[in-house]
Amino acid sequence: MSKYPALKSLVPLIPWTAAFAVIWLFNRFVANGINPYYFSIIMYAGINIILAVSLNLVNGFTGQFSMGHAGFMAIGAYSSAFFTTQMLAHQPGWMESPLSSFSLFLAAILLGGATAGIAGVIVGLPSLRLKGDYLAIVTLGFGEIIRVVLLNIDAVGGARGMAGIPALTNFAWVYGFVLITLFTITRLIQSRHGRAFLAVREDEIAAEAMGVNTTRAKVRAFVIGAVFAGIAGALFAHQLMYLNPQTFDFNRSFEIIIMVVLGGMGSITGSVAAAVFLTGTREALRPLQEFTKVDFRMVIYSLMLILLMLTRPNGLFGSQEISSILKLKRKKEGARG
Amino acid sequence: MIQFVQHLINGLSLGSIYALIALGYTMVFGILQLINFAHGEVYMLGAFIGMYSARALHLTDRPSIGALVVAMAISMAGTALAGFTIERLAYRPLRKSPRINVLITAVGVSLFLQFSGQLLFGADPKVFPEIYHPGGQWHIGQIMLNPLQLTVFIISILLMLALQTIVYRTRLGRAMRAVSFNHDLASLMGIPTDRVISFTFMLGSALAGAAGVLVGLIYPKIDPLMGTLPGLKAFVAAVLGGIGNVTGAVVGSLILGLSEEFLVGYWAPTFRDALAFALLILILLFKPTGLFGTGRQDKV
Amino acid sequence: MALSASSCSGGKSGVAANSNEILVGHVGSLTGNEATFGISTENGVKLAFEEINASGGVKGKKLRLLSLDDQGKPEEAATAMTKLVAQNHVAAVLGEVASSRSIAMAPIAQRYQVPMISPTSTNPRVTQTGDYIFRVCFIDPFQGRVMAKFALDTLKAKKVAILRDVKNDYSVGLANFFTETFKAGGGTIVLDESYSAGDSDFKSQLTSIRAQNPDAIFAPGYYGDIALIMKQRVELGIKAPLLGGDGWDSPKLAEIAGSAMDGNYFSNHYSPDSTDPAVAKFVADYKKTYGGAAPDSMAALGYDAAKILADAMNRAKSLSGSDLRDAIAATKDYPAVTGKITLDKDRNAIKSAVVLETADSKYKYLTTVAP
Repeated sequence: MSKYPALKSLVPLIPWTAAFAVIWLFNRFVANGINPYYFSIIMYAGINIILAVSLNLVNGFTGQFSMGHAGFMAIGAYSSAFFTTQMLAHQPGWMESPLSSFSLFLAAILLGGATAGIAGVIVGLPSLRLKGDYLAIVTLGFGEIIRVVLLNIDAVGGARGMAGIPALTNFAWVYGFVLITLFTITRLIQSRHGRAFLAVREDEIAAEAMGVNTTRAKVRAFVIGAVFAGIAGALFAHQLMYLNPQTFDFNRSFEIIIMVVLGGMGSITGSVAAAVFLTGTREALRPLQEFTKVDFRMVIYSLMLILLMLTRPNGLFGSQEISSILKLKRKKEGARG
Repeated sequence: MIQFVQHLINGLSLGSIYALIALGYTMVFGILQLINFAHGEVYMLGAFIGMYSARALHLTDRPSIGALVVAMAISMAGTALAGFTIERLAYRPLRKSPRINVLITAVGVSLFLQFSGQLLFGADPKVFPEIYHPGGQWHIGQIMLNPLQLTVFIISILLMLALQTIVYRTRLGRAMRAVSFNHDLASLMGIPTDRVISFTFMLGSALAGAAGVLVGLIYPKIDPLMGTLPGLKAFVAAVLGGIGNVTGAVVGSLILGLSEEFLVGYWAPTFRDALAFALLILILLFKPTGLFGTGRQDKV
Repeated sequence: MALSASSCSGGKSGVAANSNEILVGHVGSLTGNEATFGISTENGVKLAFEEINASGGVKGKKLRLLSLDDQGKPEEAATAMTKLVAQNHVAAVLGEVASSRSIAMAPIAQRYQVPMISPTSTNPRVTQTGDYIFRVCFIDPFQGRVMAKFALDTLKAKKVAILRDVKNDYSVGLANFFTETFKAGGGTIVLDESYSAGDSDFKSQLTSIRAQNPDAIFAPGYYGDIALIMKQRVELGIKAPLLGGDGWDSPKLAEIAGSAMDGNYFSNHYSPDSTDPAVAKFVADYKKTYGGAAPDSMAALGYDAAKILADAMNRAKSLSGSDLRDAIAATKDYPAVTGKITLDKDRNAIKSAVVLETADSKYKYLTTVAP
């Protein structure tokens, strides 16, 4: 192996490729057999994973508290849905062949990610000069401005919302992009850029003194987060088949924040677990609500958020990853054996 | 011209309400550097306490300024208690934690009050009883002035003056300013910082409670989600004026009220909710200390 | 479809229909900002189901209602709809009130071939999704036309200002349809103002409108905002009456606006003061069941939607999706509380509207406009 260094660098990619294959097989043979209700929960869980992990890059790893993630999701959702609906209006044949519908949707998702990324630059450049609470409320403000602007664009339906979006999202798309998100962000964090992010989080002034261009690092993290939020938005749009600006209000941003905080700011494993857990409990608590006739869910979540901060502010996983926990265990066992 | 003057009156009346909420924000931020997201919800609680006490005491039977004062007093006491409880249970244990954790807690408290408010009061809008009912309409030509608007404006000014006196003319006010300047230093000087912070919360919350009753009087439709947006806007107003500064909060609120009014009246009504945030972004980028604020150096 | 093969174990916790029951779903905003809409509709539906079950049910089986909350959010409505059809296997779904949420639910009803009847979604788009989507109310173009004709012919208005709620698809649509007819009839729109649902200060818009001195103001919003607009209209001394649509109808309107409510006009699905015995009986039963509260049009249409569904179930060959769809589509001259209902080929109800005046904190019936 050591003779072929190029090959060796490919070794870490093996589990990722295997995971892709599993997702593809699952999509091909199992997904259609799942009860559509559970299936839709699984889909939303995947979309929430992308949202939570990408927000964690900004809030957890770089320490810049953003509260406008739903705005970027909205931009991705609207731009991709606008693209696909326009394409279908002019070229109804696109849906016919699997290849052309595949490339159409891929283009739509990438477009969603790109527009959200551009919005990330526009929002990030000025606001990331601010810190802490100010940054939080300015990002919240930008999120709201995005929503109000969408409400005023008649081409995407305004208050009517945007209907007739083709149902292109499926299991492979959602979990394929979950994998891509996880892959990109874990690799990023282990890279030089990632260490710059962490340095900014730990001590901005010290980081600057060490030669880290803190503004660039912050904007970079912010834009990458926005791109993935846009991708999640595109998947969301083609899953729900209908978009309405109200869906992307600040409560939506809060929901993503709750996932990141619950999982642990700075833990990707935590974000994944929390996204799955919260999407699941949301539905699991539904029967309770049918029985009591009032919506307890948000009361429970908000109370959880407060109690978490008071008793376990690092969330469930802190900044631990599942891989490091496993490694530690193996080491211990090794030491014993 | 008539239209302009009418807009001016409307804008000032709107601004005076933002001011009452903004004062609480600015005080809490001044002393803890915390955006108390739950402040808007305390204002909502104030409106509901006002409504229930007015019903329980049958204040609608004899609508008068006295009835208004009674409802306001009860509401202010209730919200002061709420403010005290929130600070004690949710914020005080986090005094030594990173700022982000406190911010998350504040968001949590805000959401908790919104949604448990829906459980408690019901989600549908409620009618705020007519506890004060000044007769007639004053008008000069076509310019209408609702005496209720004027009453609310005067009460707001009185409350602000009272606050100004407390902050700048009393021992307690001096302690508040000292804690706001530097916690550790203040506690070394023998100031009971925790008690001062509690008091600040109670004072700010009481003002929000008064605002809740006054808003209920002018716009008699109240619901558990009514506090979120005015709360955020009041924060913007506080930043605009220079956070931590009492005069600044009032001026900032009047500016916000007027600019909203003129934006809606003359230009683009649909962008009303975006305006506050756009103002916030501009002010933070170009003059982060606000109009009346003083700079604060970041320490390593 | 592959999906029908996956009917799974389906229900748990006793929500699955046993053989003596027919399960019917309802999706509504039972919490959130628009909670009164969902709750009123649910009340109407429940009342209808009680009556139907008391008189022997449908095909010898009792109807059972499974009501899910969507918090007033389209994405929640879609999830609730998926749950009802895929997990609970309901025979049909009633809902939603708001057009945006009905539009979000419609593709799911269509895909799983479960008939869906919206009681009150008036946007034309709702039933265009497919042949499983019906409604029992008139649509916005008609309602806009009714009020435009009323403004032109009865009020003799030449100049009208618009005050629309941009956050609300219903209000925006209705304002557009009104404008179309009003202009075609020779009137002018002097100003087109807007607000966002949940605002409490409308004086700015009203001041601008006052400067244009219109003959009437068309404000097709929901009752909560409208009540405050009515109050502020009086405060600003505006004489021109407000005109509106069925979104005004709620007991809360009178409660909040008080005497400021008087002297305005709106179109509605029915008049609760009608002397028609069927209406009188419905109003009396509703008041008896729900502690004296008068039914608003949401409740009346919820009741009608449930009754029409039951009628179609009785006529249908079986309760399968396609048979039930055909039976609902064949509904003709059904004597409902909100008027005789016939469904046209676009699955919209053809029925008349009434124009009501708000006077003495009550509604005064003025006229009925046939389609």
